[in-house]
Amino acid sequence: MTPLLQVETIAKFYGSRIGCADVSFDLYPGEVMGIVGESGSGKSTLLNCLAGHLTPDRGAVRFDTRAQGLRDTITMSEPERRMLGRTDWAFVHQHARDGLRMNVSAGGNVGERLMAVNARHYGDIRNEAIDWLGRVEITEDRIDDRPTAFSGGMQQRLQIARNLVTGPRLVFMDEPTGGLDVSVQARLLDLLRGLVREMNLSAIIVTHDLAVVRLLADRLMVMKDGHVIETGLTDQVLDDPQHAYTQLLVSSVLQV
Amino acid sequence: MISIENVSKSFVLHNQGTAEIPVMQGASLTVSAGECVALVGASGAGKSTLMRMIYGNYLTASGRIMVGDVDVARAAPREIIQLRRRTLGYVSQFLRVVPRVSTLDVVAEPLLATGTDADAARTQAETLLTRLNIPQRLWALSPTTFSGGEQQRVNIARGFAFPYPALLLDEPTASLDPTNRATVLAMIAEAKTRGAAIIGIFHDHAARDEICDRQFDMTKFTMGPAA
Repeated sequence: MTPLLQVETIAKFYGSRIGCADVSFDLYPGEVMGIVGESGSGKSTLLNCLAGHLTPDRGAVRFDTRAQGLRDTITMSEPERRMLGRTDWAFVHQHARDGLRMNVSAGGNVGERLMAVNARHYGDIRNEAIDWLGRVEITEDRIDDRPTAFSGGMQQRLQIARNLVTGPRLVFMDEPTGGLDVSVQARLLDLLRGLVREMNLSAIIVTHDLAVVRLLADRLMVMKDGHVIETGLTDQVLDDPQHAYTQLLVSSVLQV
Repeated sequence: MISIENVSKSFVLHNQGTAEIPVMQGASLTVSAGECVALVGASGAGKSTLMRMIYGNYLTASGRIMVGDVDVARAAPREIIQLRRRTLGYVSQFLRVVPRVSTLDVVAEPLLATGTDADAARTQAETLLTRLNIPQRLWALSPTTFSGGEQQRVNIARGFAFPYPALLLDEPTASLDPTNRATVLAMIAEAKTRGAAIIGIFHDHAARDEICDRQFDMTKFTMGPAA
């Protein structure tokens, strides 16, 4: 099987400081990988390099494109990369306002992404939007409301609908449940798990919440000071951590 | 079906003075299809540790753990995920679920993950829950609020939903009343009949003697106090 994403010795420096260095992994279709680490460990830098928001200083990020197979997304042209960003990739930001257009209606937010891949029929777009709002548990009567009138949890679900409506194959998520209260978090996690299974999505989730990765991710990568210090099956890394830092991280979680 | 060869395991606790705790050395065990083997030994002998190593939940320091044609001790994460999906089931002592997911969906999940259509998976889940005496009024609720015995039975229903060729059972009859205990033993017997290779830990000695073909004494391979 061809990996969906092949990451080879990615490095990003901020001057002489290391953002992230020597990161390599393969992600296969349907796999969800979690990246954990404390603030400043380089996990967001890595995610942004993978998603094309930052240009890494070294390495390759190869994506299995529908038309041409594995292509290095770092060296491809800007229009090609943008096209991927609108079709096969999705990026869920921690703060929904970074991923939504706050002064456009909920339906418009979802429909806009469809129009970007050349959907033109108003009725179809509106129906597709209603369908997706339903899947993320936003009722049809809110379709014309702006996200500013939504709660934080609803905004986050709307952002997910906007991202998934074009049927992407790879979803990048940066702290998707950060800043939400726990009951809303649980609902969102449940939703994401269902979508991953139904759509056979691959996802890379950056978070500092170990409970979130245990429930969502098949595989886990632990980062510290820009380097990957441990990888493996999620429950194995959490239950039998090998590296001193991972052991500290796991044993520092407060029990409820 | 399951073949364990000369495995060893130790835990290194880096943040507690880099204490190294050897847990087991040189353990070997083979379990054929249709056979049920009980792991025995005092608390701390490494029974659960070995079970977790077979499941890929704990790393194995050396040796081989073949489940079907996969060596769990060396397999890549995605090979183990695939193995767990279709070959190797595990009923742990504790139920761990996403909050807010209904009991019915918790039980149906292993079937959905292997491509059974939603209706058939739910029907199968209903059958299992009925058999294990979980009242129908609870099916739509999340099992997180259930009693210990109810959670245990939901866990068993989930573990038996897909017909895995290899099964790991950690105290499947603990905290069950006699009726449900008999049901669970019957389900284990049926799994044996259809050819599942089973490794179990039973503190319930009567259950162990009734269902297991052999015992495997962990004490011989124990290196010291386990973590």
